[in-house]
Amino acid sequence: MAEICLGLIVLGLTAYAVLGGADFGSGFWDLTAGGDARGGRVRGMVQRSMSPVWEANHVWLIFVLVITWTAFPVAFGAIFETLAVPLFLAALGIIMRGTAFVLRGQAATMNEARFLGAGFAISSVLLPFFLGAALGGVVSGRVDVDAPAASADAWLNETSIAIGILAVLTGAYLSAVYMAGDARRAGLPDLVKAFRARALGAGAVTGAAAAGALLVLRSDARPLFDGLTSGSGLVAVIVSALAGLATFALVWTERFEPARFTAAAAVGATIVGWWVATRPDLLPGEITIDEAAAPDATLTALVVSVGLGMLILIPSLIYLYRLVLRGTLDQAYEPLDQRFRPLSSGDEDPA
Amino acid sequence: MFDPGVLVVAAEQVTGALGDNAAPDALEARRMQALSLGVHIPLVCFGIAFPAMFLFVHGLYLRTGHAHYKALAKRWSKVALILFAVGVVTGTILSFEFGLLWPDFMATFGDVFGLAFGLEGVSFFVEAIFIAIYVYGWDRLPERTHFLTGIPVVIAGFAGSFNVIAVNGWMNNPQGFDVVGGQVTDPKPWTALLNGNLWHELVHMYTAGYIVAGFIVAGVYAHAHLRGKRDAYHRTGLVVALSFAALAAPAQLVIGDWAGRQVAEHQPVKLAAMEGLGQTTKDAPFTIGGFYDAERNEVRGPKIEIPYLLSILAWHDPTATVQGLATVPEEDRPPVNIVRYAFHTMVAIGSGLALLGTVFVLTLWRRKRLPRTVWFYRALMAAGPLALVALIAGWITTEVGRQPWIVYEVMRVEDSVTGNDNLELAFTVLVLVYVGLASAVVWLLRRLSARPPETELAKR
Repeated sequence: MAEICLGLIVLGLTAYAVLGGADFGSGFWDLTAGGDARGGRVRGMVQRSMSPVWEANHVWLIFVLVITWTAFPVAFGAIFETLAVPLFLAALGIIMRGTAFVLRGQAATMNEARFLGAGFAISSVLLPFFLGAALGGVVSGRVDVDAPAASADAWLNETSIAIGILAVLTGAYLSAVYMAGDARRAGLPDLVKAFRARALGAGAVTGAAAAGALLVLRSDARPLFDGLTSGSGLVAVIVSALAGLATFALVWTERFEPARFTAAAAVGATIVGWWVATRPDLLPGEITIDEAAAPDATLTALVVSVGLGMLILIPSLIYLYRLVLRGTLDQAYEPLDQRFRPLSSGDEDPA
Repeated sequence: MFDPGVLVVAAEQVTGALGDNAAPDALEARRMQALSLGVHIPLVCFGIAFPAMFLFVHGLYLRTGHAHYKALAKRWSKVALILFAVGVVTGTILSFEFGLLWPDFMATFGDVFGLAFGLEGVSFFVEAIFIAIYVYGWDRLPERTHFLTGIPVVIAGFAGSFNVIAVNGWMNNPQGFDVVGGQVTDPKPWTALLNGNLWHELVHMYTAGYIVAGFIVAGVYAHAHLRGKRDAYHRTGLVVALSFAALAAPAQLVIGDWAGRQVAEHQPVKLAAMEGLGQTTKDAPFTIGGFYDAERNEVRGPKIEIPYLLSILAWHDPTATVQGLATVPEEDRPPVNIVRYAFHTMVAIGSGLALLGTVFVLTLWRRKRLPRTVWFYRALMAAGPLALVALIAGWITTEVGRQPWIVYEVMRVEDSVTGNDNLELAFTVLVLVYVGLASAVVWLLRRLSARPPETELAKR
């Protein structure tokens, strides 16, 4: 039962990394798009791609939190006490990003759009870093279950910084792959080209950073490194690497739709890799999955109820993404800076 | 007789209640949690009530084909999506704060009450998925399908409040676990979920959602009405929103009475605090005004006593005995004045809103028209903010009334608070962020409402 609950957490984390992470990545491209005129087209695409899905994508994070505190309450308490600072900063980032994004959809002047866009984009880059850094503290065994106390070392260490940077890059990479596909569907060849180049570049950098992160783990979090370089952990790492290479090839040859899935698989495999590499521990060297787990009555109730919930949730999610990928919910595309020119109406974006 | 000393005592009481009862950290943490909840709860009201309102108008459109219904339903659904997005964000903050501020509470009891949040996660998800499909699906999905995608939003809104209220009900009326040697054992999550406080709190809050959202929206159209915008679009906005609120407000009096009796039964000390009742009293009167003096354990100062009323309210029996604060040691009593005045504020506003709603319903029913006096519309403009005040006052009553316990009579707040420092800094930052958030949302909604309704019907 405890393993199933951890499986749900891994599922939620993967979904959040693959879907929510890409939304952060969109913020990265928004930030780096350049001046108003040059970046307007990219920003218009970001606004259009993210609008219908970002809330649902974000809920995965809440899903992970609630499963963790129900199934592994002691570990949850210790993690939040130890990593209070990065998690508080992440919480602030969550407020800023969501609000600024929604507000930008209603901006009426270029100045407003610039200000709100900056808020959205900067928090989109910082937020995954803080979450990644917190995760780094967890996976490198820096959370003390018996006497938890906040410490800077728990999130400002080599592993945390490596995973934080990796989280930012991964999102950017996923987002570029997805948006290249979105741009193709919208019939915007110049944006296809732009995002293809970004996807290839980000893919190469992210791949290199992932390899670098492994080296950091080797010196800073040896047990995790050993787990990832032997047995099923190694399988996961190889799967991730192969999926990454496949994505590169698919993007190179402009087959963006299958690339969405291989890119997601590359990211998902690393999270599954963490799971199998750390087993049977939950917090490495501190507490095992079974020791940390809530009593069986709770786990059973949780698995049954979330399982039943999934029967509703999964078809709903499939329906949403099918509508999105078929373009049914697509809004009219408009470069962000165009909206403020007198000729365009500016009333077409619902939120 | 008025005694000027009462004011001094009163002032001391407030600082004393907040300052001495708990460790300073616990106070900062409570402030942060209360602030975040205070920001989130009004958004919840819209999450509960707005989908039913826009679907109702959407249904009118499907039946009649009148364009103004469509414009209104579409506009409302966009507002609902914006408020939902902000609610997602502020709701995430709450779940972070559970861990950041109350790690021991989560570590000790997460396995007992967590199930409700697991279910809440699922409902939140369904809500997020379908509100996006619904709002972005205007003019893109087949009409019938589109209408149907709105229904899960309403259901998920209800399921979400069911689960969150279940946890709050459990904190006030904890059950479904054993304490053996200071350790919590044998959690029974279903028992905890379906606790004795769930039903009345749920119905009370759900109805409050319709009152708050209904009166706030109606207030917007009352303002438009006074400025001469009385076309079919604005009229529909006024009548629909007000009808929801006007039916909910009188019902809330009955529900509130039920909730009060539940409190009398399960949390007699909280009830005593709501009334400032020092000693256990037979034939207890209801006291309005005055100030509770903890030294003397009684309400002093200018006050009006209505004989038997408290016994009637608590037990539906004029001669019933009502338990007083003196039945528990002083350190186990909540800050009485805060709870009492919050409770009285809620009851006073709630009664006023019920009256306003009744005026509307009777006028519509007997005279088949809207009230004509400008005072009715002015009152409506005030009703929204007042409903919000009543909502917050109600939550203060139940949550401050729960003090000093985080899990009623099981775990004290100061035993669950984080050991981390710098909560003051975090609180200040959070205040600034929420002020920014609130002004941004108001700015955004004003921007949206400035657009003529016809833009909603533009073909793309």
